[in-house]
Amino acid sequence: MTDTPTPTSYTVPGLVPTGPRLITARFDVADGFTYDGYVRTGGYTALRKALTSMTPQQVHDEVRTSEMQGRGGAGFPAGTKWGFLPPDVFPRYLVINGDESEPGTYKDRMLMELDPHQLIEGVVIAAYAIGAAQAFLYVRGEMALAQERLAQALNDAYANGLVGRNILGTDFSVDVTLTWGAGAYIVGEETALIESLEGERGMPRLKPPFFPAAKGLYMQPTIVNNVETLSNVPWIINESGQAFHDLGAPTSTGMRMFAVSGHVNRPGVFEVPNGITTFRMLFEAPEYCGGVRHGRSVKAFIPGGASAMWFFDEHLDLPLDKPTVDQAGSMLGSGAIVVMDDRTDMVAACWRVVRFFARESCGKCTPCREGTTWLERILKRMLDGHGRADDLATLLDVCESISPGLAWPPRQTTICPLGPSAVSPIASAVRRFQHEFEHYVQHGRPIDGVERHAIHGAGAHV
Amino acid sequence: MSDETIDDTDGTDVDAATEPEPEPKRTLTVTVDGRPFEAQPGSMVIDAAIAAGSYVPHFCYHPRMTPVGMCRQCFVEVDGPRGPMMVVSCMTPVAEGQVVRTDTPQVKRAQEGVLELLLVNHPLDCPVCDKGGECPLQDQAFSHGPGESRFVEQKRHWEKPIPISDLVFLDRERCIQCDRCTRFADEVAGDKLIHFISRGNDTQVMTFPDEPFSSYFSGNTVQICPVGALTASPYRFKARPWDLDQRASTCTTCSVGCRTVVQSTRDELVRYQGLDVESVNWGWLCDRGRFNFESIGSDDRLTTPLVRGESGLEPTSWTGALGAAARLVTEALESGGPRSIGILGGARGTNEDAFAWAALADALGVTLRDAQVGDGLPTEVLGLPRATITDAANAPTIVLLGPDLKEELPVLYLRLRDAAEKRRSRIVELSSVGTGLSRYAWKRFPYEPGLGAQAVSAALADPEVRDQLARGPVVVVAGRGNLAESQEVATATLASLLDGLTGAGASWSVLPALRRGNVVGALQLGMAPSEGAGGGLDVLRAAAEGRLELLVLVGSDPMADCPDTDLARRALAGARRIVAVDTFLTASSEQADVVLAAAAYGEKDGTTTNLEGRVSGVVAKVTATGTSRPDWMIATELGLALGHDLGFGSVDDVTDAIATRVPAYAGVTRTAVARNVEGVLTEAPLAFLPPASSSAGERNNYDYRLVVSRTLYDRAVGTATSPSLAHLAPGPAALVHPLDLELVGVSAGTEVQLVGARSSVVLPLHTDATVPRGTVRVRFQQGGGSVGELVDASTPIVDVRIERL
Ligand SMILES: Cc1cc2nc3c(=O)[nH]c(=O)nc-3n(C[C@H](O)[C@H](O)[C@H](O)COP(=O)(O)O)c2cc1C
Ligand code: SF4
Ligand code: SF4
Ligand code: SF4
Ligand code: FES
Repeated sequence: MTDTPTPTSYTVPGLVPTGPRLITARFDVADGFTYDGYVRTGGYTALRKALTSMTPQQVHDEVRTSEMQGRGGAGFPAGTKWGFLPPDVFPRYLVINGDESEPGTYKDRMLMELDPHQLIEGVVIAAYAIGAAQAFLYVRGEMALAQERLAQALNDAYANGLVGRNILGTDFSVDVTLTWGAGAYIVGEETALIESLEGERGMPRLKPPFFPAAKGLYMQPTIVNNVETLSNVPWIINESGQAFHDLGAPTSTGMRMFAVSGHVNRPGVFEVPNGITTFRMLFEAPEYCGGVRHGRSVKAFIPGGASAMWFFDEHLDLPLDKPTVDQAGSMLGSGAIVVMDDRTDMVAACWRVVRFFARESCGKCTPCREGTTWLERILKRMLDGHGRADDLATLLDVCESISPGLAWPPRQTTICPLGPSAVSPIASAVRRFQHEFEHYVQHGRPIDGVERHAIHGAGAHV
Repeated sequence: MSDETIDDTDGTDVDAATEPEPEPKRTLTVTVDGRPFEAQPGSMVIDAAIAAGSYVPHFCYHPRMTPVGMCRQCFVEVDGPRGPMMVVSCMTPVAEGQVVRTDTPQVKRAQEGVLELLLVNHPLDCPVCDKGGECPLQDQAFSHGPGESRFVEQKRHWEKPIPISDLVFLDRERCIQCDRCTRFADEVAGDKLIHFISRGNDTQVMTFPDEPFSSYFSGNTVQICPVGALTASPYRFKARPWDLDQRASTCTTCSVGCRTVVQSTRDELVRYQGLDVESVNWGWLCDRGRFNFESIGSDDRLTTPLVRGESGLEPTSWTGALGAAARLVTEALESGGPRSIGILGGARGTNEDAFAWAALADALGVTLRDAQVGDGLPTEVLGLPRATITDAANAPTIVLLGPDLKEELPVLYLRLRDAAEKRRSRIVELSSVGTGLSRYAWKRFPYEPGLGAQAVSAALADPEVRDQLARGPVVVVAGRGNLAESQEVATATLASLLDGLTGAGASWSVLPALRRGNVVGALQLGMAPSEGAGGGLDVLRAAAEGRLELLVLVGSDPMADCPDTDLARRALAGARRIVAVDTFLTASSEQADVVLAAAAYGEKDGTTTNLEGRVSGVVAKVTATGTSRPDWMIATELGLALGHDLGFGSVDDVTDAIATRVPAYAGVTRTAVARNVEGVLTEAPLAFLPPASSSAGERNNYDYRLVVSRTLYDRAVGTATSPSLAHLAPGPAALVHPLDLELVGVSAGTEVQLVGARSSVVLPLHTDATVPRGTVRVRFQQGGGSVGELVDASTPIVDVRIERL
């Protein structure tokens, strides 16, 4: 498990904006994951409040007021999404996406391991708001501890009348079913997750026509929300949507968890005021990552998960704000930030990311199934010193076949965004560091001054 | 089948389907590449574009299956609210005023990009690939591809073709993962036995471990695979597409009458493909119908006529054989008159064959004739208000009272399964054992053989059934589900059902589920018992009792077809003389005095009538084996030899004569048949079921009640002489409920003795959970101890004891 540093203070004057820890506070409580620990630290008060003193509409309104953006990747406001459910169509389902598998993302895992009851409380409140009598909590296959703790928490919650029939003596009932995946990144995509829940192969459905809110699980209206999204719900109910909205920035409200990895001194998960903290603060402030390793500078960084376009030093002072980052040509996505210092081999880094997507492609559609592997093979061949003069052109042209125009937000010939995700690193790296690629082609080795890794010369995979 | 009522959570669709559609069909106007086009509402842009003359390349899209948008080949540009957008045309429904462009630079780029990607791992072994020359990948790479590939890496390698069933081979290197075969297996056939496994670039079609793709419909996957990844053993490496010659025809293996394309090369039949017609088979064929063309080229075919001499049947000339046959007819007429002659058959031939033989029988005054031998229903069933397959597949209620359609009329099974799966219809099944459609049935009313009337009463007393019947047309699929139950009982059960439906105010029609290829045509064209003359069983009884001077078998094989083997045996022994017209020497025709070698399907032109009464063409694609001749010609020549000129100089003369002389066939002209790929519907004159009573009693507790039913693959000549199919017959077995196996006290597979009132047979005993307790099911015509020995056509039902050896 990655070491989670606990910032001692959020109050370095002038440098780092402050904010409360809404959903990670219990990470410091040794037994915060147990039922007793949770209740002792104020757990399940929001549920009681929602069920006994609020209508579902009022709960929904609070979440709408909070303008909380979904934390799964797309950043769509949760309150608005809930409003897409067609009225009067039942049964409808709530699906919680705990499949977190994007390289560098490990915030949901912490939430499930260290505060499972908070998630369950959020799930029950959300189910109440949207009128779902059945929720499915889908946890990534490899997360054994999260599964174990969630299972225990769910049992305790059932035993204490907080999930199940007539919750807290009200006439609201919801069952929560725990399921786990079988180790596929693509199942994080909401429609693939739904297929998997139905017992099918985890492959995305086409949108249109299969928008989950209209035709989701078992073709019924379904809301899919991320673990972090729903973990925020109890706080919003306790403190009000407006209180949440007052945190962070108006364009990206609330606190938000970022998982930072790569060439920083102290990688970890941090809950920071959304929209106002900048990338530089996150990388450099002692409360957070405490600077780039060996005092080097940042050559590039991925601002929001492996699918995002890369950022460079000129982006360091951008705030972690959805519209700002979108406009600068990338995304905050899943909140996974990967830092690459000035000794990083861009071709190798690019290959690493592309290889991930090639291996995780579900194989459903041609451009991704064939294209991502082709990209990976070309890059690997370059790394192995067998680059060809036309490789760079081919690389970009194959990218174009997957994501026409190499635009941002990406256009796609594929069914889901996974295919274009493999294009992002190439499009970013080639745009900025074309010479590194050309150097590989001409000399069969990286430019001087970058670190060489074991991957050089290693046999091609598969 | 434990659950008799399959809970249907979403009955609303069924309701909606029953609502009358007052609105006349309207079209939507779309613009395709600048040209206006009237598109069908609900169709996809790809349909409209192609129909409007702008071809859109595609691989995964198949008009008979749910679009999945997987190959990404069919991009077009459609004007949307935010300007032009590229969409996959197979997943985009047409809309009024839609503007579609199939040829913009962006579209071309996307299509070329996808095609290049499809080819990167494709082995391009076209020169040794069966699909080469008719391959959508080859063709569309040529028309819509980038022209060359830049892929310099190693291609993906798999073990070259691996068998995934007894009939189908899979070459994963050629597969483009279009999901057509897998979708077909799941969605159309209901046999989800092939599936994608692995991920990304390793994605491959595969069976489940140790479970072959043994679907009755597997050949369709080979036909719809857009590359040479799937090949079927009967055709592998037999021919190249450019050497094939083909004509549209009709499968006559069963009475569904699927339209086919018959392909030959160098005067040899090599392949049948399904032809997509809306009213019948939607392009699908069952494997038996698709592959049993092999039997036509079998070495066992009769090549010359035979006449019985000193040392048995000896080859002879046609003049000699026809002369001998004519002599036998004349002798019979002289010694016993026309009532001493019986003619059985017609169901295995064309309309023209049956009509010519009926005409000859008329000329001779022979009234003892039938196309059935106690294995069907009275001819009058054809005169009941008749439903088409499409009527059935759109009826709110389908009542099944007959055979297992999956085993006997496979493509009808597909159509009705689709009706149930798509929630257009609810199936009410009345049967003694589970069938292929049981799992799609809304309600099942199982009954002990002989007691079907009780199931009818139970069904009609069920308030939910009564509500359901009020929802609109009811189609009864009527046939013989159990050959050990007499025709009389089956008729009585059907009559009580129809009476009950009338009483319940339901508007019903009947789809006759009589199995043999042209049984309906033969019956409608005169090979039916005339009033008072008695049916096929009576012909056999007359022969058995020594009352027949001559028995003529026109493609009829009572030893195999008649459920009562003892009766058939006695009939063949008791008839003084036998003339057989046949393609093979069968257990029946080998007993004949004269055997006239008949041409088979694929060797003769004509028409055939399916179970709906739909007439379509069959064609001669190869030269007839040896000197064999079509049945109609044999009848004509025999007529001439007997001094009766039937007036037929060619098969066309017979077709024309049918159209002019048979009122129901008035519209069935040669031009009409040639023009209508869907065939021409005929209607038989209205009739009523003959009175029949069911006198079956209750079963004695020590006995098992016998069910004899068919399976798709059996020892029928066409299957047994098709090498690819012959070994697929499951073999002889008696099947009981697992608990009854315990009661008998043997382990599965042990041989036991089934002891009936008349005889006993030895069969291995196996379990089948769809067989109710107290019932034993035996597959018909599987070789081994013939279950027909136990059947007595004159008793309503057959009870047997199961004894350990
Ligand atoms: C390839 C791919 C992988 C994804 N993986 C995840 C994931 O692991 N966890 C997650 O919550 N959302 C993931 N998403 C986003 C989900 O599709 C969905 O938008 C999200 O769960 C919605 O929750 P939210 O609205 O609360 O953010 C992924 C999307 C794509 C295209
Ligand atoms: S883009 Fe990739 S992951 Fe997404 S559906 Fe297509 S093949 Fe599957
Ligand atoms: S085997 Fe043929 S039909 Fe099946 S997925 Fe592959 S290409 Fe498509
Ligand atoms: S269902 Fe009948 S008509 Fe159709 S292919 Fe099979 S045997 Fe032939
Ligand atoms: S034909 Fe449309 S995506 Fe395959």
